[in-house]
Amino acid sequence: MLLLVASGVAAQDKLVIGSKRFTESYILGEILVQTARTVAPAEHKQGMGNTGILFTALKNGSIDLYPDYTGTVARELLKTDASDLGSLNRGLAPLGLGVAVPLGFEDTYALAVLDTEANRLGLRTIRDLASHPELRIGVSHEFLNRSDGWPGLKRAYGLPQTPRGLDHGLAYEALAARQIDVTDIYSTDAKIEKYGLRVLSDDRHFFPEYSAVLVYRLDVPRRFPAAWSAIQNLAGRIDAQAMVRMNAQAELEGKSFAAIAAAFLARTPPQEGQPTKRATFASLLFGPDFWRLTGQHLLLVFASLAAAAAVGIPLGIWAARTRAVAQPVLAAVGLIQTLPSLALLAFLIPVLGTIGVWPALVALFAYALLPIVRNTESGLSDIAPALRESAQALGLPAMARLRLVELPLAARSILAGIKTSAVINVGTATIAAFIGAGGYGERIVTGLALNDNAMLLAGAVPAAALALLIHALFEGLDRAVIPRGLR
Amino acid sequence: MIALDSVSKSFGGRRVLGATSLAPALGRTSVLLGPSGCGKSTLLRLMIGLLAPDSGSVSFDGVPLSPANIDEARHRIGYVIQDGGLFPHLNARRNVTLLASYLGRDRSWVDQRVVELGSLAHFPVDALDRFPAQLSGGERQRVALMRALMLDPEVLLLDEPLAALDAITRHELQTELRQIFARLRKTVVLVTHDLHEAAWFGDEIIVMREGRIVQRGRLDDLLQRPADPFVAEFVRAQRADARLVAT
Repeated sequence: MLLLVASGVAAQDKLVIGSKRFTESYILGEILVQTARTVAPAEHKQGMGNTGILFTALKNGSIDLYPDYTGTVARELLKTDASDLGSLNRGLAPLGLGVAVPLGFEDTYALAVLDTEANRLGLRTIRDLASHPELRIGVSHEFLNRSDGWPGLKRAYGLPQTPRGLDHGLAYEALAARQIDVTDIYSTDAKIEKYGLRVLSDDRHFFPEYSAVLVYRLDVPRRFPAAWSAIQNLAGRIDAQAMVRMNAQAELEGKSFAAIAAAFLARTPPQEGQPTKRATFASLLFGPDFWRLTGQHLLLVFASLAAAAAVGIPLGIWAARTRAVAQPVLAAVGLIQTLPSLALLAFLIPVLGTIGVWPALVALFAYALLPIVRNTESGLSDIAPALRESAQALGLPAMARLRLVELPLAARSILAGIKTSAVINVGTATIAAFIGAGGYGERIVTGLALNDNAMLLAGAVPAAALALLIHALFEGLDRAVIPRGLR
Repeated sequence: MIALDSVSKSFGGRRVLGATSLAPALGRTSVLLGPSGCGKSTLLRLMIGLLAPDSGSVSFDGVPLSPANIDEARHRIGYVIQDGGLFPHLNARRNVTLLASYLGRDRSWVDQRVVELGSLAHFPVDALDRFPAQLSGGERQRVALMRALMLDPEVLLLDEPLAALDAITRHELQTELRQIFARLRKTVVLVTHDLHEAAWFGDEIIVMREGRIVQRGRLDDLLQRPADPFVAEFVRAQRADARLVAT
């Protein structure tokens, strides 16, 4: 039934707004969805993996619009240099997409170092980095690989260093702890002042303009005229200062994205008025989203498990009976196991034409297969030949032997395989948050983006608790399913 | 009933059974006797179709065994192996009644039959709820016998049924089994490596060596007229003497 609810989302025509996995994007996403909600049903699929995933989701209609920056759209998505709105729209039109609603601020990439280090080493521009190859550079993964990121920068300035990738939410603390010397920042980041950073100037003008805009499907104005009109009113309403302030409210004052967006739209300061303590772990753990996330996580784990058992057990039976296929079958499911989960997820999105629950379920199904297939095959193959022959000698036909003798004897092994898959899936399901499928991973992703340990734990702890619960559940199931004579 | 016609069998290039023909005497007990590896168990398993012969044919009631008729034939053959082959996930009663239940036999008939067999095999009915793991070796073999006899088959095949038991239990079961065979008058083929056991059971003893039948006859024939030095040596090695003949 939960499956119907999940797929029902597509049927109901809701405006779906996406956002990327960093504070500013979360906030803009909230502002957009709250604006739209005043006149139409809308949903915010927050914190999706990266620009690539969002773009694919936009193209196949899983989301309708998301906030991005002109420079990013130009260099990363269209692979061109022209970042004015006209050129961008011309480039996006063939895909059924467009850019509109310049929000009113710029958020460019920059490199930053600690002020004290800048003074010590005389660093003022990016060019100065070239003469200090010993400096350790840590940048976000996206920056590391984007064509308008490190590769281009390195070429433009002849930089000798090899940077490492690390999550943007952790970069500031790493810089402060002197684990890295240089990092990429966004010019509207809240933490620049707090950590005493010096922004190195881009004297060769490598970085293009990054004006905040919305990338949207061209059919949105037709499908959601009222909502689109409301959203268009946001043009020019957010200046850089306001954005920095909102970022600070999230990262330094611990306010929720929704509250910040609401306050901005109401033109009032957020509820409490003063900087408050960050929400405690306990309050986050049982926050209002707890049941939704629990439901999503359970759906992801059990739906994929059921499918994997329905397919895996017959596969295992087949492999046990027909020696010739045993090797290829086991090799195939073993191969799937080696694929990195995020890669498999990203691969499934264009194939299935959607983000969210379905690609997550397919991926989790694939990962749950190996333990089940392997354990079924070995459970059956390990049956003593004397027992197998006794069943044959009775004159029981093959299916009856399987049902009455072989499967009960293999039950312990098969159940162990299902249990293993279940526990593994609880963990793997946390990455489903990267593609908007929800579950406890959503909190983990947000916690990472904000570098908020309490939020992180509020996602990790229930996931671990669920794994333990499932383990206990299966212990009970053991007692019920495994024949008494075999315990 | 069962007829083997020039059957042979090799495993991985090694010839385990040379071209052999055999039709166990109806209503009598035939014993396949020989050392390990002589092919006696192979011959037995060919009779019930657990193995397919490389050459020759196996017939039941004149009809060659094939995948189409093998299960039906097996319903008319009882098969007992060393250490019973009882299914550990079922209790003794369920082991015995498994096939009958599957075939949809009438419940009250099944229960009645179990009581009959329990008395025949000297196995207490109230112990039928125990699982094989909770039974002694001797008790397991009694249950295995009950299971084999459930549908009242015409043929009973036993592959070293007493080899895993201690001497006292073995002796006890030998006595009982002979009484049972005499009472039931079925065609019985029993495999053993023990000459004394063969003499005890066998209306006819069939001595085998390296995949061939070397002599058939009563114990007397083996003692007085060994067909070749091997038989003579085999008999001597088991310290058989004239006293055994007087049974």
